[in-house]
Amino acid sequence: MKKRILIAAVVVILMSFAAYAALFVAPTESKMGTIQRIFYLHAPSGMVALLSFFVCFVGNLAYVFTRKPKWDWLGVSAAEVGMAFCTVLILTGPIWAHPVWGIWWTWDARLTLTFVLWLLYTSYLLLRTLVEDPDRRALISAIYGIFAFLDVPLVYGSIRWWRTQHPQPVIMGGSGSGLEPTMARVFWFWFLNLVILMIFLIHERYALEAMRGEVQSIEREAEAA
Amino acid sequence: MALLSNTAVLLGKELRTEFRSRELLTTTVVFILTIVVLFSFTFDPSVNESRRFGPGLLWLAFLFAASLMLQPCFLREQTNDTLSALRLSVNDPFAIFLAKLAANTLFLLLTQVLLLPVFSILYNVPVLGAFPQLILVMFMGSLGLSVTGTALSAISAQARMRELLLPLLLLPLLTPVLIASTEATASLLVLNPIMPWKWLGFLLGFDVVFLTALWLFGEYLLEE
Repeated sequence: MKKRILIAAVVVILMSFAAYAALFVAPTESKMGTIQRIFYLHAPSGMVALLSFFVCFVGNLAYVFTRKPKWDWLGVSAAEVGMAFCTVLILTGPIWAHPVWGIWWTWDARLTLTFVLWLLYTSYLLLRTLVEDPDRRALISAIYGIFAFLDVPLVYGSIRWWRTQHPQPVIMGGSGSGLEPTMARVFWFWFLNLVILMIFLIHERYALEAMRGEVQSIEREAEAA
Repeated sequence: MALLSNTAVLLGKELRTEFRSRELLTTTVVFILTIVVLFSFTFDPSVNESRRFGPGLLWLAFLFAASLMLQPCFLREQTNDTLSALRLSVNDPFAIFLAKLAANTLFLLLTQVLLLPVFSILYNVPVLGAFPQLILVMFMGSLGLSVTGTALSAISAQARMRELLLPLLLLPLLTPVLIASTEATASLLVLNPIMPWKWLGFLLGFDVVFLTALWLFGEYLLEE
């Protein structure tokens, strides 16, 4: 218990450093101004969401082949954490886009992919609430999770191909070649922090799911007796 | 080889079941027709507008219809627990999936071939010029719908609220099929149709990916 509180405290302190770095250390972007600072939360959230969904995919695959409940617990934990980051991504995007692009939303490849991803994993979590038997739930949701993850590159590929044929609003921003060194350092600090936060959240959620699984198996034993 | 002969026998069974009552085909045709008619109220269906919105409309209607048509695919086997019998009768459970998805592809394709001329007349979009190419696009699209749809209908059949669940699980997964089929159809409905090889290749890729996934993981969905 003490160890967990300690880790939680470390995560909170790291996140406060990150917030400080984004608000005061990173230089103000010349064209967009202060609003650009949301980018340090926005872009790494997307990367971490994708990372969580990958962890979910690994959990799903491992469950199908080993049938050990722990992989199912990992799958659902990672999916939920990924959904949280994905939601942050979808909410912070329009806050930035409205002053910069002048619109809240555009059906650009990355935005659309994020939305479809969000829908896919909502369906995954929804499916889990609609199956009673724990083994059955674990198995069929794992297979749906695998299908959903396989769909991700296909969704992205199709939208990219499709939108490149059409004119679209000028898209600026994003990480990569054009990032000023201090900005890049703040960006990667945020990324590292969010990965730590992700691991912490998945770990906590996993412990909860493991406890639930134990309670369920005790209940089943009691019913059988 | 045993897989193919098993699949052929099971496909015969699927087709016989359907053509005895034709329930699935009739309801699907009427459903798509309803959507096509209702869509005409949502925009001004002039020739130009129809060329722009028609392909998307058509494929959206097919997608919704498929998500309804695929419901009974595995549900039907639950009533008398015929799924256990099916599993006992074949040595590779993939044959059950292959037969069902072949049947579903065929049913979807049949409804599409029936409704394409109707759509063409109602929206003044000539389709005869590129009819064989359109059939190829419809086939590839229907295959994509059926491969994922058959797998997910085996999933949703085991859950509560299954009638609502299947469209929820299926429709976001079908985003690539919707885009690729719509674009492919659109490039065939213009004045000078061009063969959409790019999108056909994409659809082929989608079909191969999910067919492989179904081959690898499908059998676990049929476990007791």
